[in-house]
Amino acid sequence: MNVPENLKYTASHEWVRAETDGTVSIGITDHAQDALGELVYVELPEVGRKLGGDEACAVVESVKAASDVYAPLAGEVVATNKALAEAPGEINKHPYGAWLFRLKPSDPATLAGLLDAAAYRKSFK
Amino acid sequence: MLHTPLIDAHRKAGAKLVDFAGWEMPLHYGSQIDEHHAVRRGAGMFDTSHMLAIDVEGTGARAFLSRALANDVGRLAQPGRALYSCMLNERGGILDDLIVYFLREGLFRAVVNAATAAKDLAWLGALAAGAAQLRPRRELAMIAVQGPQARERTWSALPALRPASEGLAPFCGAQAGDTFVARTGYTGEDGFELLMPAISATAVWQRLAQAGVRPCGLGARDTLRLEAGMNLYGQDMDESVTPLECGLVWSVELASAREFVGKAALAAQTPARTRLGLVLEERAGVLRAHQAVHGAHGTGEVTSGTFSPTLQASIALARLPLGYAPGERIEVELRGKRAAARVVRPPFVRHGKILV
Repeated sequence: MNVPENLKYTASHEWVRAETDGTVSIGITDHAQDALGELVYVELPEVGRKLGGDEACAVVESVKAASDVYAPLAGEVVATNKALAEAPGEINKHPYGAWLFRLKPSDPATLAGLLDAAAYRKSFK
Repeated sequence: MLHTPLIDAHRKAGAKLVDFAGWEMPLHYGSQIDEHHAVRRGAGMFDTSHMLAIDVEGTGARAFLSRALANDVGRLAQPGRALYSCMLNERGGILDDLIVYFLREGLFRAVVNAATAAKDLAWLGALAAGAAQLRPRRELAMIAVQGPQARERTWSALPALRPASEGLAPFCGAQAGDTFVARTGYTGEDGFELLMPAISATAVWQRLAQAGVRPCGLGARDTLRLEAGMNLYGQDMDESVTPLECGLVWSVELASAREFVGKAALAAQTPARTRLGLVLEERAGVLRAHQAVHGAHGTGEVTSGTFSPTLQASIALARLPLGYAPGERIEVELRGKRAAARVVRPPFVRHGKILV
């Protein structure tokens, strides 16, 4: 399973990428998309919504199951990847390209507390 | 875990394997949506060897099946003819659904679901009480080849099957050497179901694959049958439901004097619920089993739902109180919210065409 070194992760299978403008992009991992199967529906949070850490804020549904996506850290939603609503399968094809939403973290330091690639790999073995 | 004779072929093809009623079966070989389209547009094949063929033999076979099945085997006059039927308990509840083939006088072949096979054998054995012999044919493998190009590709892969199967009308079968070929299936497309000795299965599978028949898993099988408006046993029906409540009234023959198990219960029943289809009208998620459905005529529930690759919308089979009619709007509870759906009469898709 592909787990890029340059990203941070959660035990609930989100990936987090720090962008140069201080925001973070969030998606679901290769492991998550593989376990869910082919995705057919994506529900994204409203831009401007303020999220607490671990708050359920998006939904991905595959041919077999629905799954919540959690905010890896607290912050405000500044952008969503609306193109995914028409093409949820992009998440299966490019799990690390198909970001779901971007957050402006309330406290950028919390990013360091997320799992690194090695720790995430261990979390599902 | 139980395995069909094709397990090595599935593993080599990179199948994602899942536990289905104790059988390790392919869910898909990469993309169940692509597999679905392959069956609607070309040809796909399914390993259905987990299902059980039961030969019903003896001079009393016809009389026995006439009593054991809700549909009338008396309609099977020509050898090779197939019949869909439910098998009911005394309360009219559905023990299983099956296809029975009339092979020749004194020999019928029923094909039953994998999850219910042991229960069915025990039930039928007790009911027969020696009046007919039951022979489970676990040594037979089964491959369903389905799609608009299924028959042509089967003949190009297995030319020896052509003479016996070329003239087969839908819902008829014939023996071709060691293979029984039937023009039946569970997808809403044309095609064949092939029963053959287990030892031949891998070679047949490979020749079909070389002829352009795409291996398909249980994932595509489920979305195809749902689009075709066909019930899945254990999901859209079970022992708590009668055929009158799940869209199978056409398969029950109540008019004649024939006595069959469950008939008295059905004759006494005034059904309060029926089976209809739903199409989700908004992008709000995916319809799935057990979701509640609300509307003018009361509350019902989704019995199976999915995302339809052909309609590009979520569809479902639902058990609803009487009173709902196709075209009506209804609301489905989806992850705590309500979403609008349209009531339709299944099937959703037949022979590649959208019907709703």
